Amino acid sequence: MALLETRGLTAHYGDFQALFGVDLDLAEGETMAVIGANGAGKTTLMRSIAGVLAQSPDMVRFDGRAIGAMAPDDIMAAGIAMVPEGRKLFPSLSVEENLLMGCHRRKVAGPWSLETVYGLFPILKERRHQPGTALSGGQQQMVSIGRALMSNPRVLLCDEISLGLAPVVIKDIYAAFPQIRETGASIVVVEQDIGQAMKVADRVHCMMEGRVTLSGKPGELSREAIHDAYFGAAA
Amino acid sequence: MIWVDTVLQGVLLGGLYALFALGLSLVFGIMRLVNLAHGDLIVFAAYLILLLVTLLGLGPFMAAIVALPIMFALGWALQRVVLNRVLGTDILPPLLVTFGLSVVLQNALLEGFSADSRRIPAGWLETASLPIGPISLGVMPLLTFLSAIAVTLALQWVFYRTSLGRAFRATSDDPVTASLMGVKPASVFAKATGIAMIVVTIAALYLGTRANFDPTTGPARLIYAFEAVIIGGLGSLWGTLAGGIIIGVAQTVGAQINPEWQILAGHVAFLVVLLIRPRGLFPRAFD
Repeated sequence: MALLETRGLTAHYGDFQALFGVDLDLAEGETMAVIGANGAGKTTLMRSIAGVLAQSPDMVRFDGRAIGAMAPDDIMAAGIAMVPEGRKLFPSLSVEENLLMGCHRRKVAGPWSLETVYGLFPILKERRHQPGTALSGGQQQMVSIGRALMSNPRVLLCDEISLGLAPVVIKDIYAAFPQIRETGASIVVVEQDIGQAMKVADRVHCMMEGRVTLSGKPGELSREAIHDAYFGAAA
Repeated sequence: MIWVDTVLQGVLLGGLYALFALGLSLVFGIMRLVNLAHGDLIVFAAYLILLLVTLLGLGPFMAAIVALPIMFALGWALQRVVLNRVLGTDILPPLLVTFGLSVVLQNALLEGFSADSRRIPAGWLETASLPIGPISLGVMPLLTFLSAIAVTLALQWVFYRTSLGRAFRATSDDPVTASLMGVKPASVFAKATGIAMIVVTIAALYLGTRANFDPTTGPARLIYAFEAVIIGGLGSLWGTLAGGIIIGVAQTVGAQINPEWQILAGHVAFLVVLLIRPRGLFPRAFD
């Protein structure tokens, strides 16, 4: 059985429908990438899973529980942690305090603690007493990932972590992913950077206009197929 | 020498205004809620202490200690049942609701306690004083000032040294992201208002033992509190303490020049600070 699944997930912003029945399955320990252009519905998908957008209960199931209508803090407590788009560090908090917010409510024993997060991103230890917003974009992204890891999540949602970062910085951040995977966490990576997504993921889903248009293992998908699923097939 | 004395008395008076303001500052800093009933809640707490003193025969300090958990629970419930429902992007509904609460409180107190002005008896403490050289300081004003410092230190400790304080600041920065970290904003806000009511109770103890109060005393306390918060810079606790002291000193200095100028001088000081530093003395780095 899948750890996390969406069934016929729809989402609306007022009259605008952003998702049209999305079905996805994430197995324990699996890394899934969701790719697609701006406005494809990727962030809406993440916000629906994390509970920021409430849906009907059965549209999202986690570990057998219907969580579609649960509040975001309860979903976090159940074990789904989000690295939000735009990093969203708390400006009034230091780097270390930002990290500690990750285990504010969900305190479970696991591989991640301040020590191991600093082991994963050593630069954060040096800067732990600085305000989170004094850091470079890449370092802020490390704080945001570390903050989510502090809860020892079963599912880690990463929303556009490469957005606005230099390629070399993106490489540094993705270099941490094998270590995160080793701990057994399932990961959902939402990306516009297709190359990066294909490298880390076991399965790739491509979205366009609120629907999943292509799914498969990275090795099995041709560039043409992805191109068509991404931009729409030239009729 | 008279001026040293005047300024010192002003600083001590400022402690009282800081106590009025700290609860307001706390709530505004965390949830951007301006509680227009804050002054009336102080008066309400003063009546509660008076009731405990007269009915149970407790001393004023003991009565205040008994009142603390009651006021915390009231604040918690007020936030949970009423204020959380109106908090949102629009700042008008919470303003209207607390304005309404202010009217309701004043009239309920009028019904319950009549319009007579009352005072919490504090026995010998009322007139006790400490001679320091040629100046003598009242024990009650001194206690008020020390309490204001203690409350500021305690709030500062909660804000910067505890996980609840971390949640306060995170929720104040960004409630949506805070909820993604497992924080329930509604429950954080309820705790914040509960703590604000503890500060309100301490303020009420000194308000009620130092001067007379009646059911309509609240709004004027709210104005002093407001001015102290704004002088200090929104959301800064030490700033609020400084703001209270500035108003206190301005009032005593004004009264020394001409007794008619006491209240006016406080308001003028507030306007002058606003002219020079529109964001207050210690504004937050961002908003």
